[in-house]
Amino acid sequence: MNTFVLNRRNLLAAGGSVLATGVSGLLLPARAEGLAPTPSMPGGANNYLKGAPTVDRIGKGGFWMTGTVRRAGDGAPLAGQRVQIWAHTTEGREGDQRSHGATLTDKNGAFRLEMPQIIPIFGQPHGHLAYDSGEFKTVFLRPVMRSAKDTSLEAHFVLQPA
Amino acid sequence: MRLAKVTLIWAALAAAICVPIAAAAASPLLAWRDPVYILAGFAGIVALGLVLVQPLLIGGYLPGLSAYRGRRAHHWIGGALVVAVVVHVGGLWITSPPDMIDALLFSSPTPFSPWGVVAMWAIFAVAIIAALRRRLGLRARTWRVVHMPLAIVIVVGSVVHGILIEGTMETMSKAALCALVLAATIKVMADLRVWRKRGTSRGESVT
Repeated sequence: MNTFVLNRRNLLAAGGSVLATGVSGLLLPARAEGLAPTPSMPGGANNYLKGAPTVDRIGKGGFWMTGTVRRAGDGAPLAGQRVQIWAHTTEGREGDQRSHGATLTDKNGAFRLEMPQIIPIFGQPHGHLAYDSGEFKTVFLRPVMRSAKDTSLEAHFVLQPA
Repeated sequence: MRLAKVTLIWAALAAAICVPIAAAAASPLLAWRDPVYILAGFAGIVALGLVLVQPLLIGGYLPGLSAYRGRRAHHWIGGALVVAVVVHVGGLWITSPPDMIDALLFSSPTPFSPWGVVAMWAIFAVAIIAALRRRLGLRARTWRVVHMPLAIVIVVGSVVHGILIEGTMETMSKAALCALVLAATIKVMADLRVWRKRGTSRGESVT
């Protein structure tokens, strides 16, 4: 015969577990629907040029743009996705064709493209990235470097079906 | 002695404006900028320097200038400030139209943009009202009630705009210039008893 003893220890444990599940459920509503898609950032599409060529490296390199592309909901990595990258660098302005290039994600959904050093422009050292291949909704990102001396920058896409 | 003091004050003012400009001229970022972008940037720095001169002129803190000439200079420098801001915004527009349009529409991702745009409109507003002041028949007190809040918007907007920007200006000289602009503005506002209820100039009565 089981007797449930309502002592201090049981009460704390039960109350704690209720709190833990309840509160986390409130704080993380996104969990129920899975990973939320990344919204486009303000100014992300500025100086975008359609159809940047897929390249091994933009210009002479020296700076790394890295990131990942995942699917909204389950967060599955998306392989073979084309990511376009451009920025104001030591070799050209944002609007210059030679400042633009594209790369593809690997099987883990990661991308990595070498490019010239990004230089602060319009008051912030920042880069631009675009996904606009059509299969998923178009997203433009505009990550800002913590310091103008950084030699890498990362940006992450979570895409939703178009 | 008197001459030494006069020289010192003018030299200090020249240094407060010229040192930040010289420091910016030594910025390594200039190597990767077009002439138009460089011009636009320096027009902004010059504008900030002119914002320092304005309260000093109207407060009568610059020796050798009569109150009349100080006011005249204040008017002309106000006009120069408009020109500097137009060159600044125009040059940035040519450099990157979408970024400038975002800034003007308050949809820019950069936190400093709205401060600069608000200061720009305040500068334009002061210039337009000043030019039409006689035609509008504005009395000195009314003009002051209009100009003072706009002057505060210009000063605060310009200083925050400048401080938040990561550009060609060197940090220390920029901070010093901004601190002087704030100090000069606070001093002139206090000295001219801007916030007094009763009109003080020319024995005007309160409406």
